[in-house]
Amino acid sequence: MLKDLTQMEEGELGIIKEFRGGIGFVRRIESLGIREGKKIKKISSQFLRGPQTIEIDNCQFAIGFGMAKKILVEVK
Amino acid sequence: MKKILLMGNPNVGKSAIFSRLTGARVVISNYPGTTVEFTQGKMKVGEEIFMVIDAPGTYTLEPTSKAEEIAVEMLKGGDTVINVVDATNLERNLYLTLQLLEREIPIVVALNMWDDTKHRGIEIDISRLEEMLGVPVVPTCGLTGEGIKKLISRVSEAKIPKFKFSSDKERWETVGKIISSVQKITHRHHSFLDNLEDFSIKPLTGIPLSFGVIYVTFWIIRFLSEGLIRYLFDPIFQNFWLPLMNKLSIFLKEGNFLHTVLIGNLVEGKISFGSSLGVLTTALYVPLAMVLPYILSFYLLLGLWEDFGYLPRLAVLVDNLMHRIGLHGYAIVSFILGLGCNVPGALAIRLLEGRREKFIAATLMAIAVPCMAQIAMIIGLVGKRGGEYVVLIFAILFLLLIIKGLILNKFLKGTSPELLLEIPPYRIPQTKAVVKKLWMRIFIFIHEAVPLVLLGIFFINLLYAFKIIEFLAKLFSPLLIGLWGVPKETISALLVGFLRKDVAVGMLAPLNLTTKELVISSTVLAVYFPCIATFFVLVRELGIKDTLKATLIMLSTALFLGTILNFFLPN
Repeated sequence: MLKDLTQMEEGELGIIKEFRGGIGFVRRIESLGIREGKKIKKISSQFLRGPQTIEIDNCQFAIGFGMAKKILVEVK
Repeated sequence: MKKILLMGNPNVGKSAIFSRLTGARVVISNYPGTTVEFTQGKMKVGEEIFMVIDAPGTYTLEPTSKAEEIAVEMLKGGDTVINVVDATNLERNLYLTLQLLEREIPIVVALNMWDDTKHRGIEIDISRLEEMLGVPVVPTCGLTGEGIKKLISRVSEAKIPKFKFSSDKERWETVGKIISSVQKITHRHHSFLDNLEDFSIKPLTGIPLSFGVIYVTFWIIRFLSEGLIRYLFDPIFQNFWLPLMNKLSIFLKEGNFLHTVLIGNLVEGKISFGSSLGVLTTALYVPLAMVLPYILSFYLLLGLWEDFGYLPRLAVLVDNLMHRIGLHGYAIVSFILGLGCNVPGALAIRLLEGRREKFIAATLMAIAVPCMAQIAMIIGLVGKRGGEYVVLIFAILFLLLIIKGLILNKFLKGTSPELLLEIPPYRIPQTKAVVKKLWMRIFIFIHEAVPLVLLGIFFINLLYAFKIIEFLAKLFSPLLIGLWGVPKETISALLVGFLRKDVAVGMLAPLNLTTKELVISSTVLAVYFPCIATFFVLVRELGIKDTLKATLIMLSTALFLGTILNFFLPN
């Protein structure tokens, strides 16, 4: 099932499928190592459309809600 | 002299390696963005001396912030690059490495945090990596110094390999190929620190924890500084320095100009370190016995949290609230550093992306974030009238931060950008590193603040002697007496406040103010203008036009706030 990052549950695993954003956004997020095909784990989401925390390759990131909406993830 | 550049992702330990290579003291912490400006030092290899430059961290050579821009800009002037790579996060780090390898500049790779790879279950085949990249690769550990000698000895082997990529995709594909042939990751169990990481970032547990952290931190700072003052610093001044000053006072004779400058005015026939305002009495006592204990305690605690890696997590937790005042969570780093001293706080504004955000963060910090020197003096002076008044002042400043933030966010065009932040793993702070950093910050305080305090007291004595204070007091009396309800003599504090806020608050001591007057004048002192050192940093970071705008906001806020407080506070 395809979800965006904000829709994932705490602790849920998935694989990044697609970025729905401009080239600037994709470049910035890719330079952090957040790329298509990477395994991802949702750690937490802050209240009231706050930032989403994820883990990729043992590395954690906080991503603002709007950006997180643009990241689509395939979950089992 | 040949230049060696240290380049790499944020928070991979460039500054630690820099410090090892050059012996220079630099601030090292466990959060991205500790280095916002470059630092340079010298290193000797054989007979040749190299200039080593520690650049701010960057994820890519297409910069997204001022700090990253600086890093990329510096690449043009370098002769050799030491690319510092986080061995525990090789894949992501290699992207920048490949970008660097495409440039016409010789490179050596330092595979840093090597000691961390074992317990993380990461195995890296170094000779294979070296072969694939075509440049020397040396495992290092910046914190312990392991591998540094080897790194130095291989700098001369730095090479320019022939890499050219036509797209990002191709670059990432190459990273993938390298990773799959040099790195093996075995599964590992969640450790206690991993669990604590999750615990502190999930809102249900993380938010209460953050309140606990802040509360405990302030409690420890208070406990430590009060203890230091009561049992160490104050006794030293009373038992050793006072007798000396008494002798000098008798020798110089009261009323003499030199006596007024050096010793100050006697209070009921005695020297008062708090209110005599002499260069050798108040100007030494204020920074060393009243402020230093707080600076010491604050930076000890800050250093521990920085090295542990808590700050980025706090930034995530407060992100939502910070958006309401036109900022994002990471601006909290500026505010926290600003609590120590507004100068590093103002420098950290570089970590923010846009002009609007920088302006808001700078203005709010200058208005509502008092530095530790000022806080120490407020506690010392206002605290004597009752702790509730100290709390009142901080509550007013906090409210002001929120209200000003809401207003600026509403009236400035644009919106605040979103948070995008790497959260470092927790690391147990190392005693040696914490002490070293603490000593560095104390040294900066003593080296830069104390002379300014001396100068401030000297300067105010001159102004008194030439009756300039009297003149200005009369000139500003409609504002001071009429609007703020404070004696016109407080002008002396406002004048010194341009130089140093701690002495400025100290200037209020001899004026015999009522509690209401004291609360108003210390609050206004916090708000009306940052100290001159911060002001110059702001000019550099924001440009003169935006700084003047911010200053206008500060002055009008002070004018308005003083008047309101005068009107609403009971006598």
